[in-house]
Amino acid sequence: MAYVIVGSCVNDAACVDACPVDCIHPAPGEAAFSGTDMLYIDPDLCVDCNACAEACPIGAVMPAIKLPVEWQRYREINAAYAREHRR
Amino acid sequence: MSTAPLRVAIVGAGPAGLYAATELLKRDDRAKVDLYERLPTPGGLARAGVSPDHAVRREVIEVYERLAMASGRYRFRGNVEIGRHLSPAELGAAYHAVIYASGAASDRRLGIPGEDLPGSHAATDFVAWYNAHPDAADRTFDLGGERAVVIGNGNVALDVARMLLLGPERLARTDVADHALQALRGSRVREVVILGRRGAAQAAFTAPELMELDLLDDIDVVVESAGDLATADLDFNRTLRMQRIGEYARRAAMGRPKRLVLRFLHSPVAIVGDDRVRGLRVVENRLLRREDGQWRAEPGDTVAEIATHLVFRAVGYRGAPIEGLPFDERRGVVPNERGRVSPGCYVTGWIKRGPSGVIGSNKVCAQETVRALLEDFRAARLDAPQHSPQQLERRLRERQPEVVDYRGWKAIDASERAAGLEQQRPRVRYSTVERMLRATRPAQNAS
Repeated sequence: MAYVIVGSCVNDAACVDACPVDCIHPAPGEAAFSGTDMLYIDPDLCVDCNACAEACPIGAVMPAIKLPVEWQRYREINAAYAREHRR
Repeated sequence: MSTAPLRVAIVGAGPAGLYAATELLKRDDRAKVDLYERLPTPGGLARAGVSPDHAVRREVIEVYERLAMASGRYRFRGNVEIGRHLSPAELGAAYHAVIYASGAASDRRLGIPGEDLPGSHAATDFVAWYNAHPDAADRTFDLGGERAVVIGNGNVALDVARMLLLGPERLARTDVADHALQALRGSRVREVVILGRRGAAQAAFTAPELMELDLLDDIDVVVESAGDLATADLDFNRTLRMQRIGEYARRAAMGRPKRLVLRFLHSPVAIVGDDRVRGLRVVENRLLRREDGQWRAEPGDTVAEIATHLVFRAVGYRGAPIEGLPFDERRGVVPNERGRVSPGCYVTGWIKRGPSGVIGSNKVCAQETVRALLEDFRAARLDAPQHSPQQLERRLRERQPEVVDYRGWKAIDASERAAGLEQQRPRVRYSTVERMLRATRPAQNAS
C-alpha cells in the first residue's frame, strides 16, 4: 500500500528521521537535498508504519489509499523518483 | 569553564529563528532561548509570505513553537525591535550568544526606466498586503485593468498570479487579509502574464506549484516562447517541472474566463507611462550557453509592448545590513563561516545563505549554525552574560511596556481564529499592531 508525500511538502524532513527503513529521499546530507522540490517515499521499501505521517508537521504524508483527489498524481511521482534513484 | 547554563537570544521569529531555537533546546538540555520578534506575532514569512491558499504549510511554525515551549526553557519576546528597543550591543552583553535570523525582507529591483511609476510594485509588498502584514496594510493596488504582469520565474510569481486570479469565492474561504479580500472582490484582472528572461528549463517554479494550477478550472494556463521543452539532460525535479509546462504548452486554450500566461525568453526593458504605468516594453531573448554550462539570456532585436496597468517585480528577496555586523553588499548576506560571524555572534536562514530554498531548508541551515555555536560554548570561547535576565527585562520594559510573550501571542491567535469562526474562515487576520495588542489585553476585550 505504502505512504505518499504530496505537493504541500516543505522539506522539513522530520519524516526522514522517523522512517525506520530509510525509504525517504533525498535525505538531508545527500547532495540532491538542497535543490529538491520535495521529498519522496519509495513505495517498494515502505513498511506502512505510519511514523512519517505522524512526524510530518503539516500532514503532507498520507497513505496511498487515502489520497485526496488533488494529490492523486503524487503516488506515481513518488514511485518514479524511487525507480530513478534506487541504489 | 563556566557551568552556568547557556543563554542565547535569537532575533527574528520566522522559520529560521524557530528552527534554531528548537535545535538549540534539543542539543543542549540546559540551554535557555529568548526569541525576539519585531511583530507581536511569530511566523515571519511562514505567516506573511506563504499564500493564504497554502495555509497548511504555515502549520510548521506552530509545531516547532509547541516543541520549544515544551522544553520549559524558551521565551517569546514579540513587539520588540532589536536596534530600537534594545541595541545589538546590549543584547550581546546579556547573553552568551546571539543568533540573527532576520531574513531577507526587501526586494531586488529591476533597474529599468519607469520602475517607480504608480502601478509598478515589488511583489513582496503585494504579498505582505494580502497576508495582512502591518507594514503593508495601507498599500493600494490598482486592480481596474484586465491584465497584470509579473516579472520573475519563481514561486513568488506564481503566488502573485494565483492571488490575482483565484477569485473572491475561493479567497473568501482563506485567511487572506480583509482589506485584500475587499479589493480583490472588485478586481477586473482576467489575465496575468508571468515573464521569464530565460527558457522554461531554467525557471525556478517548483513542480508541485506548477501542477496545482491544473486544479483551477476557470483558468487557462498558456505557455508562450518556452524554448526547448526537451527533458533529456534534466534531473528528476526539473524533468517533472518541464513535463508540467509541456502539458500546458500542448494543451489548446479552453476558453476559460481567466488566463495565466507563462511567457519565457523575454526581458523587461522599460515600464512605460507618463503619470502611471501604461505598459511594459519587453525584448525577446535567445539563450547562449556560457563556458560554465549555465544558460544566459541574450537580448535580440524584437521589442514589443504589453499593455498593462499593473506590474510586479518578483526577481528575488534581499537581506538588509544589521547594525554592528559585517555585510556583503553584493550577496545581501552577513559573511559567516558555517553560521559563525564571530564567537558569540551567529546567523541562520536567509541572512546567512541568501534567499533560497523552502521552509524546511532552514532546518539544516539552523543545525549547522547551532553546531558552530555549541562548539564555541564548549570550548569556552563565549563570554558569560554581563547582566542578569531580570536586568535586561527591566531595561526592555522601560522602553517597550507592551512586550508580547507567548501567552499574549496565543491570545492574538485565539482572537483571530474566533473572529474567523463567525465568517466560516480559518481566521481573520489583524493587520495592525494596535489591533493585535488589543487582543492581548483581556480586560478591555471583554466589553
